[in-house]
Amino acid sequence: MASEEMEQLVRREYKDGFVTDIESDTLPPGLDENTIAFISKKKGEPEWMLEWRLDAYRQWLKMKEPSWAHLDYPPIDYQEISYYSAPKRPEDRPQSLDEVDPKLLETYEKLGIPLHERAALAGVAVDAVFDSVSVATTFKKELAEAGVIFCSISEAIRDYPELIKQYLGTVVPVADNYFAALNSAVFTDGSFVFVPEGVTCPMELSTYFRINAANTGQFERTLIVCESRAQVSYLEGCTAPMRDENQLHAAVVELVALDDAYIKYSTVQNWYPGDEEGKGGIYNFVTKRGDCRGERSRISWTQVETGSAITWKYPSCVLRGKDSIGEFYSVAVTNGRQQADTGTKMIHIGEGTRSYIVAKGISAGKSDQSYRGLVKIGPRAKGARNFTQCDSLLIGDTCGAHTFPYQEIGNSTATIEHEATTSKIGEDQLFYCRSRGISEEDAVSMIVNGFCKDVFQELPMEFAVEAEALLNVTLEGAVG
Amino acid sequence: MLQVTDLHVTVEDKEILKGLTLTINAGEVHAIMGPNGAGKSTLSAVIAGKDGYEVTQGSITFEGQDVLEMEIEERAQAGLLLGFQYPVEIPGVKNIYLLKSALNAQRKAQGLDDIPAPDFMKLVKEKLGFMKMDASFLQRAVNEGFSGGEKKRNEILQMLVLQPKLAMLDEIDSGLDIDAMKVVADGVNSLRAEERAILLVTHYQRLLDYIVPDKVHVLVDGRIVKTGDAELAKQLEANGYEGIEESAA
Repeated sequence: MASEEMEQLVRREYKDGFVTDIESDTLPPGLDENTIAFISKKKGEPEWMLEWRLDAYRQWLKMKEPSWAHLDYPPIDYQEISYYSAPKRPEDRPQSLDEVDPKLLETYEKLGIPLHERAALAGVAVDAVFDSVSVATTFKKELAEAGVIFCSISEAIRDYPELIKQYLGTVVPVADNYFAALNSAVFTDGSFVFVPEGVTCPMELSTYFRINAANTGQFERTLIVCESRAQVSYLEGCTAPMRDENQLHAAVVELVALDDAYIKYSTVQNWYPGDEEGKGGIYNFVTKRGDCRGERSRISWTQVETGSAITWKYPSCVLRGKDSIGEFYSVAVTNGRQQADTGTKMIHIGEGTRSYIVAKGISAGKSDQSYRGLVKIGPRAKGARNFTQCDSLLIGDTCGAHTFPYQEIGNSTATIEHEATTSKIGEDQLFYCRSRGISEEDAVSMIVNGFCKDVFQELPMEFAVEAEALLNVTLEGAVG
Repeated sequence: MLQVTDLHVTVEDKEILKGLTLTINAGEVHAIMGPNGAGKSTLSAVIAGKDGYEVTQGSITFEGQDVLEMEIEERAQAGLLLGFQYPVEIPGVKNIYLLKSALNAQRKAQGLDDIPAPDFMKLVKEKLGFMKMDASFLQRAVNEGFSGGEKKRNEILQMLVLQPKLAMLDEIDSGLDIDAMKVVADGVNSLRAEERAILLVTHYQRLLDYIVPDKVHVLVDGRIVKTGDAELAKQLEANGYEGIEESAA
């Protein structure tokens, strides 16, 4: 098949491209200490939080935007961005879905996420983030009975200041990197989850993010803490409407797992990738890090990344506790002009720590994708083990795939295995399927889904179905 | 059923088939034999629609349809099925899923609904048994980690499920031990039917002891130089291709 046809096959229009007309209370573009004070005040935050933000801002001012990633994008003017956008009536926020703005519910409908049904059917608690303020939280009661705290980070700052002080910024310090520092200064919302000792969270927790107001950066901050023997599975899914100007997104996610705790964090990301020329897509600079602080603790990242114009994202694990386990399962799909530099870091500090990395990259169109992974074994990490498998699949011949594995081994007792493959989506595989009567489009989807299977099976059931559907949409083309 | 007329095919500017003519009628089993590089596999690949083969002259029709105008999948849906010499591995895709998708694609082309799951399972289990394959084959990824013999049996399994009008088998005997060859041959023989034709491409006469062809064609340097019955294959075994080439010259 000609590469041109291939290109057609993988081109498609963004299906979730629409804008909901909801009145926003948006700050004019610009960033200074006043902006931060405004955000903090708007959120009703205590003084110490404002100080924390200002400290981050002052450090950010001294930092430089990183340029080491294999990404090419025009310089971002941070003064051109508006740092706060909220639905108009923050004071009388709805207590149940009945009170939610019907326009918002309509938005979810268009996205194919009938929130009420879905929540009820799937038994999933939903903390819906719309623009920057959480507007709907369900199943709170059941969670409360189990002793699980699940709320927006803003609420947590007001209602659980001690927990926030104890954990916020302890995994990703305010000045960890340029984008994390910016996030620390201006984050407007996100989720907080606290699962107390010995409790297994009674349901999977889910948040749907959606960037909606034009020209507004989205700065989410999520903190999940599992005390000893506690467990939680958290699902994050995102889509965004079509837009002309690039939108900056710089989220920070921090996970803390104490002794024998287990946190499973799954993401399906489908932000607007831009048009065929790459215009208008989301810039996604995310810092996600889990701290296996306790012995035998385990943190597992699973991500399916199909959106954004630019992705800069390395969900990582710091394996501090003895015999702790870090996992990273990733499928990243780039199409059109998308660029992604993504991967993971596994930092082995404790004895007997283990990490497992399975990264699958699929590049199509004129996109460019890099896997960047660091496995670091510290001097005290006796008997540490890592297994890395990273596979790249190319569709057509105008895309690129790169692998940058880094290993820093400070210990002779460590065992490191690394497997990497790059394959072009087999003309042979396609021919084989088609010569059995299977259409080209179905064959591509079949092969790609097969390629991703190792990762999809790590996703919670309903998410796996969604991920497969999303993948098919992403690679859906003009054929047929 | 299949009519190939004066077919010229080039691969990367090199002419491989140089005016091949072949007629296959329903109910017949044809074998194409020939030395390495004669163009045996090219013929079946061109009929199936593989990329990279340029037809510079001649025609292929199947039941009156112009095959060269059809998409790869349309050819398969019309009942032209190729069994591969080197079946392709597709990691992560279950064998049963491929089988079912293929069967349903064929049914869709015929205006039929998807086959009900219980019917499909019954059909597949029966054919599996015939090919002396374990049910675990269905759950394994397509051809991944299959032995040479398993891959070939899997190709025949697909044929048994899809019931093509013309089954083309490219070197289906290569890499098979004698037991596996018997199973494969039994599978192919079970496909023999009045309404169906079979085209075997093979290097060795051995296979033809088990699947006795109605016609044997000797392909040398891009042309069929001799056509005969099953006896011809035996002569080839005794005298080699050179003798044929000389007598043809």
